[in-house]
Amino acid sequence: MSEQVRERETRRLDRVVVRFAGDSGDGMQLTGEQFTSETAAFGNDLSTLPDFPAEIRAPAGTPAGVSGFQLHFSDHDILTPGDAPDVLVAMNPAALKANLKDLPPGADLIVNTDAFTGGNLKKAGYADDPLTDGTLDSYTVHRVPLTSMTINAVNAAEGVGGAVNKKEAERAKNMFALGLMSWLYHRPTDGTEGFLKKKFAKRPEIAAANIAAFRAGFNYGETTESFSVTYEVAPARMRAGTYRRITGNIAMSYGLIAAGELTKLPLFLGTYPITPASDILHELSKHKQFGIRTFQAEDEIAGIGAALGASFGGSLGVTTTSGPGVALKSETIGLAVSLELPLLIVDIQRGGPSTGLPTKTEQADLLQAMFGRNGEAPVPIIAPRSPADCFDAAVEAARIATKYRTPVFLLSDGYLANGSEPWLLPTIDELPDLTVTFTTEPNHEGPKGPEFWPYLRDPETLARPWAVPGTPGLEHRIGGLEKADGSGNISYDPANHDRMVRLRQAKVEGIARDIAPLEVDDPSGMAEVLVLGWGSTFGPIAAGCRRVRAKGLHVAQAHLRHLNPFPANTAEVLRSYDKVLIPEMNLGQLRMLIRSQFLVDAIGYNQVRGLPFKAAELAGVLEDVINQ
Amino acid sequence: MTVTTNGSGISNRLLDLIPATPNQLTRKDFTSDQEVRWCPGCGDYAILATVQGFLPELGIARENIAFISGIGCSSRFPYYLQTYGMHSIHGRAPAIATGLATSRPDLSVWVVTGDGDALSIGGNHLLHAMRRNVNIKILMFNNRIYGLTKGQYSPTSEVGKITKSTPFGSLDRPYNPASLALGAEATFVARSIDSDRAHLTATLRAAAEHPGTAFVEIFQNCNIFNDGAFEALKDRDTRDDATLKMVDGEPLLFGAERDKGIRRAASGGLEVCAATDENVLVHDAANLDPSQAFALSRLTGDAHGVTPIGVFRNVDMPTYDEALNDQVAQARTKLGKGDLLGLISGNETWTIN
Repeated sequence: MSEQVRERETRRLDRVVVRFAGDSGDGMQLTGEQFTSETAAFGNDLSTLPDFPAEIRAPAGTPAGVSGFQLHFSDHDILTPGDAPDVLVAMNPAALKANLKDLPPGADLIVNTDAFTGGNLKKAGYADDPLTDGTLDSYTVHRVPLTSMTINAVNAAEGVGGAVNKKEAERAKNMFALGLMSWLYHRPTDGTEGFLKKKFAKRPEIAAANIAAFRAGFNYGETTESFSVTYEVAPARMRAGTYRRITGNIAMSYGLIAAGELTKLPLFLGTYPITPASDILHELSKHKQFGIRTFQAEDEIAGIGAALGASFGGSLGVTTTSGPGVALKSETIGLAVSLELPLLIVDIQRGGPSTGLPTKTEQADLLQAMFGRNGEAPVPIIAPRSPADCFDAAVEAARIATKYRTPVFLLSDGYLANGSEPWLLPTIDELPDLTVTFTTEPNHEGPKGPEFWPYLRDPETLARPWAVPGTPGLEHRIGGLEKADGSGNISYDPANHDRMVRLRQAKVEGIARDIAPLEVDDPSGMAEVLVLGWGSTFGPIAAGCRRVRAKGLHVAQAHLRHLNPFPANTAEVLRSYDKVLIPEMNLGQLRMLIRSQFLVDAIGYNQVRGLPFKAAELAGVLEDVINQ
Repeated sequence: MTVTTNGSGISNRLLDLIPATPNQLTRKDFTSDQEVRWCPGCGDYAILATVQGFLPELGIARENIAFISGIGCSSRFPYYLQTYGMHSIHGRAPAIATGLATSRPDLSVWVVTGDGDALSIGGNHLLHAMRRNVNIKILMFNNRIYGLTKGQYSPTSEVGKITKSTPFGSLDRPYNPASLALGAEATFVARSIDSDRAHLTATLRAAAEHPGTAFVEIFQNCNIFNDGAFEALKDRDTRDDATLKMVDGEPLLFGAERDKGIRRAASGGLEVCAATDENVLVHDAANLDPSQAFALSRLTGDAHGVTPIGVFRNVDMPTYDEALNDQVAQARTKLGKGDLLGLISGNETWTIN
């Protein structure tokens, strides 16, 4: 620590947005994650947004290869990862180039001056050095020779200098940056040192190098005169309980594991790696002690095929994918509709069409989930609204799939998958009992005695009985050919087909009676405009609503969790407002469904930029609609 | 799941996991009440009768047997068997059966497919099921034509085949299914003929006794669209000279007079020789090296005047099912049964009062 203790102003903020940006090999995701862990441990509310290229190591030093991590933290509850950073850490010229446009004037900018060499400037596409040519005049720039100070710190550390080579020493520079940021925002540091020791347990010299860099960054803040102000963000007042931080994909994985435990069915995941869904496979494959079988298939079709085969055998079959994978699975989803077996199809949406934007978010698979099959093939659709909500959405999907014997779509997206937030952990009595009972007795009196009719439906739910192989006396055959109502035998009878199509439709529509009504947040009760959303836009929409309400305007918000069927009160909610605005990260897919089903002339606000909406942008749109 | 010892003559370490039936079942017990709807004279009838006649031999409970099929004439098969069954979608039966078999070790899972279903649209799944050695028995009816779509050429049709879709003759070279299976390192590969009930029954028995994927190609006559495709192997006057019946551990001899044998050729493949030739090979289906089995699969009526039938390869290797279920069991032994709340809490929590 410095010998000279300076009097420095500490400013108290209610919220801060920070962004780390560097080369995709610079460890920016790890840095952001660790800053987030410190922030969670401190008790702030938070929301994160990683942003990285599809290429594992895009050309070093170019804007295409820049990886970023944004964190929004506050002393109150927040809903989004923040519109624009208050402080940007740029590890090289490319990171500066790729992120500067998002930085509002007056923001703090921490740059690694060591990386601003002629070669790097050229790779980033800078003709002149932005550090000297006036480009950065409107920002508070902190010029930090991050790389050289990291190397010096590592070399000077006891027992480390010499034990790691120059490249290894240099690679610790992200921890220098983390140390500096931890100092600037008064973050607790014990967690990071413990984390580094654990992460590099097998290479203690690397752990020591990183800790030396981390401490050097912290101490540099303390001694340098570049920072006249440090910032404090007090812990948020949140609901009482035990919290952890969680990303959407991990919450989804835990929700699926919970679904297996709650239904008392063994979980079977049949899948094929695809961005941004693969992390669910990675996570589930770690937890086989829950009786989970994970199967990495030869392709998307085999993944869902195996899951459906397992469902036939009495497992809870799950397949995880993204939009292109859903296209390949369509025929099997249709088979599952026809077989009327439980199956969960988890679609972590990304930018499309085709390969599109693999690492960026979008919600343009709604109509694919709704209609992307041959014939009349209704499938219930559920969409989580936040990273932690993926857990509850998965449990709800399993409830519907098993109760109604149907495939169910879960539509998450890249933003939810990789974004994180604090999660108030559920207690065991908050989780529903979803115990499934298989049919074990014949259900029909035939001419020759008792028979099992696989398509004799429950009169209330219209679900068919689920009798699994191994059950004596209930041997039966099911398939994709049309089946006779009741007996399940092959039938080409016109009237029977018409009846079966309508029965399958009625079964799915009937779920509307069994789901929570659409809730409306209309605090003043004076709103004339309703903003309706679904999926991951919940945070930005709610933040946008707060902003316009703070100006004294009135707006109501409703957010759909069930997209098929819609909650039973949807028509009533829509008709209670003069105008309905539907913001979506697509060209108006929910709006098309709402217009066709309810004849409501909803207004769309649509963006497909691969990024979540910004609260300010939505607030502006809302104001326009309200004032029109 | 109740697991009892299988009391029948057919046994392997996986079959022994399946509950035995206390009753002596008969062919009738495996006949469903559905009307069979193949064309009169179709080879599928003979295969169905043979399978129904063979299943009681397994000695396992009827409810623990599942037949999964894809699409095509052959894939109607499950409807006619009084077992659990699924008539699925085109080409995907091996994938669906993989999920069923791996999650239910107490079931005997069979796949019924055809040359189009297995080798065209479903080629990928077939290869990977065999590569993994999933405990499923795949019966592939090869009639070298598309029947259900009314007579287009298939991936096993000979070059130049005149069909509705190839009025000037088909252009692409056919697959040799046995070679394909051996190339994928299938642990059990066999070939039989629809009309040879004794040989087909023996082949089914060998397949059932094999732990892991068994691939059985069954030459099947489509009397409507490709009649007589295997006539030389069936006709009393020609069949003994045209067919090499491979028997494990015995010299590879054939012919009406058993005067011909198989030896290694200078090319590296195999050739026909006199039975008295000192280099006549002895069949070794259990050889871990599939080279000789592959060489045998390359013998064809067109090129060599003889077609091998019987078991090409039969080696006991670890199965995917066992390995997967072992991992689950080991995780439970090591970590105990999963604790949901412990899992979701993770390592970093904080409490707000």
